[in-house]
Amino acid sequence: MRPSIVLLIAVGVLFAAGTTLLLERTLTRVLLGVMLLGNGANLLVLASAEPGAPPIVGTADTAEMTDPLPQAMILTAIVITLGMTAFLLAVAYRSWRLSGHDEVQDDAEDRRVRELAERDEGSDAEELDADELDNETLEETRR
Amino acid sequence: MLILLGAHLVAAVLAPALVRVLGPRAFYLLATVPLAVFGWAVTNVGGPPREWIHPWVPDLGLALALRVDTLSWLLVSLVGGVGALVLVYCARYFSADDPGLGRFAAVFTGFAGAMLGLIVSDDLLLMYVFWELTTVFSYLLIGHNGTARPGRRAALQALIVTTAGGLAMLVGIVILGQHAGSYRWSEMSTALPGGTALVVAVVLILAGALSKSAIFPVSFWLPAAMAAPTPVSAYLHAAAMVKAGVFLVAKLAPAVVAAGGTAAVTWQALSVGLGLVTMLVGGWAALFQQDLKLLLAYGTVSQLGLLTAVLGFGSPEMALAGVAMVLGHALFKAALFLIVGVVDKTTGTRDLRQLNGLGRRAPVLLAASVLAAASMAGLPPAIGFVGKEAVFAALLDSGTTGWIVLAGVLAGSVLTVAYTTRFLWGAFASKGGEQTEPAPAGSLLVAPVVLAVAGIGAGVGAGFVDELLSPYTSGFANGPSTDHLALWHGLGVPLLLSVLVLAGGLALFRLMPAGKAGPKPGGGVYERIMTGMDRLAVEVTGATQRGSLPFYLATILLVLIATAGPAMIAGWPSGSQFRLWDTPLHLLPVAVSVVAAVFAVPARRRLTAVILVGITGYANAGIFLLHGAPDLALTQFLVETVTLVMVVLVLRRLPSHFSQRPGSWRRRVRVGIGMAVGTVMAGVGYLAVSARQAIPVSIDYPELAVTYGGGHNIVNVILVDIRAWDTMGEIAVLVAVATGVASLIFRHAGELHRRGPVGTPTDPPAGEPVWLMAGHTMEAGRRSTMLEVVTRLLFHAIVLLSVYLLFTGHDTPGGGFTGGLVAGLALTVRYLAGGRFELAAAAPVDAGAVLGAGLLLAVGTGVGALVLGGEVLQSAIIDLHIPLLGHLHLVTSALFDIGVYLIVIGLVLDVLRSLGAEIDRHAQPTAPAHEKRPQEELV
Repeated sequence: MRPSIVLLIAVGVLFAAGTTLLLERTLTRVLLGVMLLGNGANLLVLASAEPGAPPIVGTADTAEMTDPLPQAMILTAIVITLGMTAFLLAVAYRSWRLSGHDEVQDDAEDRRVRELAERDEGSDAEELDADELDNETLEETRR
Repeated sequence: MLILLGAHLVAAVLAPALVRVLGPRAFYLLATVPLAVFGWAVTNVGGPPREWIHPWVPDLGLALALRVDTLSWLLVSLVGGVGALVLVYCARYFSADDPGLGRFAAVFTGFAGAMLGLIVSDDLLLMYVFWELTTVFSYLLIGHNGTARPGRRAALQALIVTTAGGLAMLVGIVILGQHAGSYRWSEMSTALPGGTALVVAVVLILAGALSKSAIFPVSFWLPAAMAAPTPVSAYLHAAAMVKAGVFLVAKLAPAVVAAGGTAAVTWQALSVGLGLVTMLVGGWAALFQQDLKLLLAYGTVSQLGLLTAVLGFGSPEMALAGVAMVLGHALFKAALFLIVGVVDKTTGTRDLRQLNGLGRRAPVLLAASVLAAASMAGLPPAIGFVGKEAVFAALLDSGTTGWIVLAGVLAGSVLTVAYTTRFLWGAFASKGGEQTEPAPAGSLLVAPVVLAVAGIGAGVGAGFVDELLSPYTSGFANGPSTDHLALWHGLGVPLLLSVLVLAGGLALFRLMPAGKAGPKPGGGVYERIMTGMDRLAVEVTGATQRGSLPFYLATILLVLIATAGPAMIAGWPSGSQFRLWDTPLHLLPVAVSVVAAVFAVPARRRLTAVILVGITGYANAGIFLLHGAPDLALTQFLVETVTLVMVVLVLRRLPSHFSQRPGSWRRRVRVGIGMAVGTVMAGVGYLAVSARQAIPVSIDYPELAVTYGGGHNIVNVILVDIRAWDTMGEIAVLVAVATGVASLIFRHAGELHRRGPVGTPTDPPAGEPVWLMAGHTMEAGRRSTMLEVVTRLLFHAIVLLSVYLLFTGHDTPGGGFTGGLVAGLALTVRYLAGGRFELAAAAPVDAGAVLGAGLLLAVGTGVGALVLGGEVLQSAIIDLHIPLLGHLHLVTSALFDIGVYLIVIGLVLDVLRSLGAEIDRHAQPTAPAHEKRPQEELV
């Protein structure tokens, strides 16, 4: 099959822009990046089929029809991207409600481990002992 | 035998409930299960080995192959008998208010079952499964008191050491099994490999066995495991689990020694050498213990060393002595542990410095202890004496090696006598000063007395024991044993040695200073290894897990570039043909898309960026249409609209501009990675498309769609029939997403009912039907009555259109997804025009209910086909001719599509209720009035 250059240019640009946004810290930009990547991926799948008549039996000769399988896959992908968008939006909103912004912070627990490594210490998971902890700390541990 | 194993499982499952109802008395009931095992052993004495084979996983060659030969029989009777007695003891040992008693009972019974399985498995892989089960159960039992650090630490230590050994053993088993072509020991033992393979396998299996039996250099876990309740120590660390290693040594010894060569020498050197070292180290350490239980624990380590050495030695005479000692050790050590439990329970201490004159106050206890201790020290007429005599006799006949080993055994036996005396003296002797006043022990004494008496009984009936156990020795190449077990061998060198050992031991006890702290072998290395592992984990985690999302994503993308990029360049097709475009018309949407995407990246306003991204989506719809994909174009167009509304609903609450972030080099890196990924993906696309040569799998779809799918729109038939599983997965994702969105937005479960149609207008005029709900809730200045009215008028028409799209989708562009999106948009417009009350009036249902109904319908269609004898999700075509209505063409997959339709509506409704209505509600109490409903201005 001969690839169509114009389509592939669109794929490349959408992936490039999507990836750049994906690497941001602002969740809204990450979300937009995911949407662009989704659009790019759909075009990539579409490019694998020769263009032709709509795959509806009776409206055209079977030989002239375009391949319906990539279409079914893209249709699934479009709707999944919708779900993904909704979810990321909810996450962004939640983050805004909790912290007043929608930026992804570095994971606090990972930072703690990094600090342990810099101080050349081991983890302290072993050291918990019910007899030595007051109730408050225990509660915290349970949570 | 399977029934007995199953009985343990059932009992373990029922145990917590039984304990809740009966309290500690439940242990009496549980004791019947091991008692039944013991009963089985009693009624199946002697005779040839019994086998039961049930297929389990035939593909893996794994069978429930069980086999009870003499050796297994001995262990079965011990595990059953001692298990029953210990459970009876538990009934008095624990009181009803002990925490976690139900769990304890369950785990203990489960352990007994696992142990039974271990000793009756013929298939070594099956045995390994039970082996690891005992490890896990023992972890739970040692860590019974989970809130105290020593208990947890000891449990973890035992788990790590024995599991590490177990894994090594598994490798060894696999080496032997692959060579023999079978994992059943009865077959493997006759087909052992030669040379290095056997040596490696033997070393690995010994690593497992020796770690389980706490042999030097990993003996340290067993004394630490004394953190467990005393009945656990008596059962696991005397009679059962630690015997697993010894059992394995005894099971393998005949075959391995018969194989000869380096393997046999390695086997003997390791088991005998390490066994003797363990015996001496453990015995020496026992001499210094102040805690009676720890004294016994080190004594156990020492005895396990002796057993390993004797059984690993590999001559039939030694083997016979060894199994006799296995019997003896189980009886006396379980009895002594239980006695320590009684002492602890009745006096409140196990410290031999605090116990004083207990022997006079508790004569029965003293008598039982003396009987058991006699067996431990090897005094007549106990079984311990019979075993030890036999060992001496066998070693005397074994040449130079025998003499060397004998020296070690003698030294160890002297230590044994010494620490036995220390035990009796420490627990019962009068040491001057205040006498200990024990509480009455009552029926706690039953189990230890029975065990102690049994030890003496076995010694007196040595001839009978010999008859029972000697068939084991016929497995050896030069077996069966020519020696026989007997209480009285006549005056000879062995008896002389026994007397010398006794005298030496008593002398050693006299010479020992009472209060010196003893050595604790081996534990330090373990601690250092664990600390080192912990440090390594922290360093590795700290170095790789930076906790930064962009860092992780960049790493993944760089790997993509680094792997796919060079591969793409290397495989670039030379002289491949391409075309500039499919149709020049493509240029327009592609140009729009490219420009929008490029400008979306640096956009500073959120809304601008969102709209630009939306434009790429609409442009995609155009490309789809030109490509011959009307379904896609329609869906993309609708999805893009729904997405835009959703995003704007959330964006109204977020700051209008993105925050300014410093660091231009970071931006350059991002753009660089982005451009590289874009290039790679376009290149991959070029390669993949050029490489297409085969006929597409979908070549037959047009015909299939009509004949089997009953539809003309092939894409729709693919979705609901040919590849309906994909769609099933997708709608499941949608339901999960909707649930996720709701749970992120609603703060707690109590608010979730707002997914339903809550809140009619606050005070509608009574009896007067309201047409436009917004009239009561929205300020007049923010309403657009024109929009509300038009929306109301158009709503039903749009919904009707969605239903039309749904049902005609099988033959023309449309279908469940498109129809659902159209209906969703109708709801969206109602919400945008009139607020959440208008939405409640338009869709008086809970979003969750719609989602559930959709999923139920879709799954029901699939299952229905199965019930009616077809395949899952197979569709049937029904053509009916109904008078008046005319011809009706029905395809069952339409039901599936209705499920999809409902789920899409449910998702949109859920999003409107959470991202729309609920965010309205969040905004209301705090936001100033003029900012209340900014979304109308946006739309």
